[in-house]
Amino acid sequence: MGYGFLFDTTLCIGCESCMEACQETNQLPDKASHELSALRYTVVKNKTIADEDIYYRKMCMHCEDPTCQSVCPVGAFEKTPEGPVIYHENRCMGCRYCIMACPFDVPKFEWHKALPLVRKCNMCYPRLKEGKITACAEACPTGATLFGQRDELIQIAQERIRKNKDKYHPYIYGLSEAGGTSVLIISSVSLSELDFKMNNFQEPLSKFTWQVMKEIPNVVTFGGVFLFGLSWIINRRIKLQEISVDTDNDGAHEKEKKE
Amino acid sequence: MSTFHLTSRFHFRLTFWKGVFFILLALGLYSTFVRFFYGLGSATNLSDNFPWGLWIGFDVLCGVGLAAGGFTLAAIVYIFNIHKFKPIVRPAILTAFLGYLMVIIAIFFDLGRPYRIWHPIIMWNPHSVMFEVGWCVMLYTTVLALEFSPVVLEKLRWNKFLNIIRSFIIPLVILGVILSTLHQSSLGSLYLIVPEKLYPLWYSPLLPVLFFISAVAVGFAMVIFESFLSARAFNKRLEKSLVAELARVIVFVLSLYAILKLQDFARRDTWAYLFIPRTETYFFWTEILLGVVIPIFLLAIPKIRSNERTLFISVLMVILGFIMNRLNVAITGMESYARANYFPSWMEISVTLMIVALGFAAFRLAVKYLPIFEKSTEVAIPSSRPIKIRKVEKYQLQKPHITN
Repeated sequence: MGYGFLFDTTLCIGCESCMEACQETNQLPDKASHELSALRYTVVKNKTIADEDIYYRKMCMHCEDPTCQSVCPVGAFEKTPEGPVIYHENRCMGCRYCIMACPFDVPKFEWHKALPLVRKCNMCYPRLKEGKITACAEACPTGATLFGQRDELIQIAQERIRKNKDKYHPYIYGLSEAGGTSVLIISSVSLSELDFKMNNFQEPLSKFTWQVMKEIPNVVTFGGVFLFGLSWIINRRIKLQEISVDTDNDGAHEKEKKE
Repeated sequence: MSTFHLTSRFHFRLTFWKGVFFILLALGLYSTFVRFFYGLGSATNLSDNFPWGLWIGFDVLCGVGLAAGGFTLAAIVYIFNIHKFKPIVRPAILTAFLGYLMVIIAIFFDLGRPYRIWHPIIMWNPHSVMFEVGWCVMLYTTVLALEFSPVVLEKLRWNKFLNIIRSFIIPLVILGVILSTLHQSSLGSLYLIVPEKLYPLWYSPLLPVLFFISAVAVGFAMVIFESFLSARAFNKRLEKSLVAELARVIVFVLSLYAILKLQDFARRDTWAYLFIPRTETYFFWTEILLGVVIPIFLLAIPKIRSNERTLFISVLMVILGFIMNRLNVAITGMESYARANYFPSWMEISVTLMIVALGFAAFRLAVKYLPIFEKSTEVAIPSSRPIKIRKVEKYQLQKPHITN
């Protein structure tokens, strides 16, 4: 099933070690702004709900059926069997449809480069290939960001919620959101209070376009046959019309003889 | 003697519109420089929150839509065989061809790495609407070039090629109609993927169909509009009966659009959005009243259709309403989600104006040097003939000249 993250907001203390590790691993500047951008692939955010400081992370959710992969005209995004959604930068032509379409607003663009690319978290794909875990999970001192097989993480999340019913809001975010994501989040509050999308969001977005795209072969074949038939019939009618209407049989025969 | 001829031939007179053209060109070229050397972020007001702006909204969405007259008129003349529209089919195809070239120029500006524009040819993703869009642009521009080529070939008197193209014209037109259908609708499909980002007044599962129908309507409106402009600019006779007839088709197509829009509102039960006092609502009402409702009523009146002035104003409303619709989908409808307060920068606007100015200039040159408007003698085909149904004797079909 592939790797994934389990992020537990109740364990996060907001130390931002994950952010620092991410900047270092991806060779990004330390001073990048505190928002997701082409210079920052993950960010720790803070919200106070009922006198409780809640820290949570924003990053690529590594969807099971990624919207970016479905919209990219040149197939620059790929959901690997290992779990990460990676980006083939030598394919990208910079149309920015992925930025437009991503339901989590994750892909970011290098707006101030003459030859820009799209940037986002790749779940430390090169590190995974070396057999290491992601930089952010490795750096996390409290275990708020847990890295592992998605199946096992789901079990861990279910167990935590079952054991501490008062502590957790009984919902695992990412099980089915946008068709399921490799990043799972559990929290003491409903994730909708932390500005995560919840409503009408249980299926992959790609189905919206596929409903239409799958009809293209039908449109082409039906349209082709229909239009050819139409022009054939109309042409024939017009040719028939050119035979003068009021000639009786004899007249027509005469004409035929002349020719 | 010869020097005199040369100077008089290349004599350049600066008129008002030429002046405007050169100013737009200069501003546009400056913006071009900034965009390609300092990046999209320096030249435009686009951002990660608002990745598509004026160039997609106007240059691409409107450019493709306004070019729709090319395939509809070609279908009318070559497939439906209504030959009386032949005098305006060439300007319509020219407009479509230039329109698509302008769209391609705009795409070069908008793509982050325009030199990779050919990538969809070999890197396939049939799930992507943008992939479909890319292929439609490539193929349909080729088809338009071929449909337009007889004009150039006639001028060059390359009769051999001319005959080849002419024998292929019907399959070519059919291919063009299919590609246009796919392309016009796919521009609407682009926005199917953003159900929660596009404002509910515009988001609809029917977007591809709505885009297609409105493009057909505005295609006819554009043909009428440019017939007027050409008649004025080149002292040509306006094909009055033809444009009035086309106007009637617009009423029909716009009504279809209105019905579909109502059905869509009913199905999604979004009536409430029509009366929320916010910017989107006002823009929506302006778009619908200007581009659909008022033109339907105006053009349904024969007196307005047959009067040049009122007809011109009515089709202008259709065109402006259409442009507003596309800009609303691309910009107004995305603002509230993005919270970016996007408004195009002057450089974006100047590039758009430069491309439009180039289009006008190219149209002018083409009309000046190529046989675009055919001689009026060829128009003298009877305007309509009642179809008589009668028995066809077998010997009549066997006549040698009725072979199909």
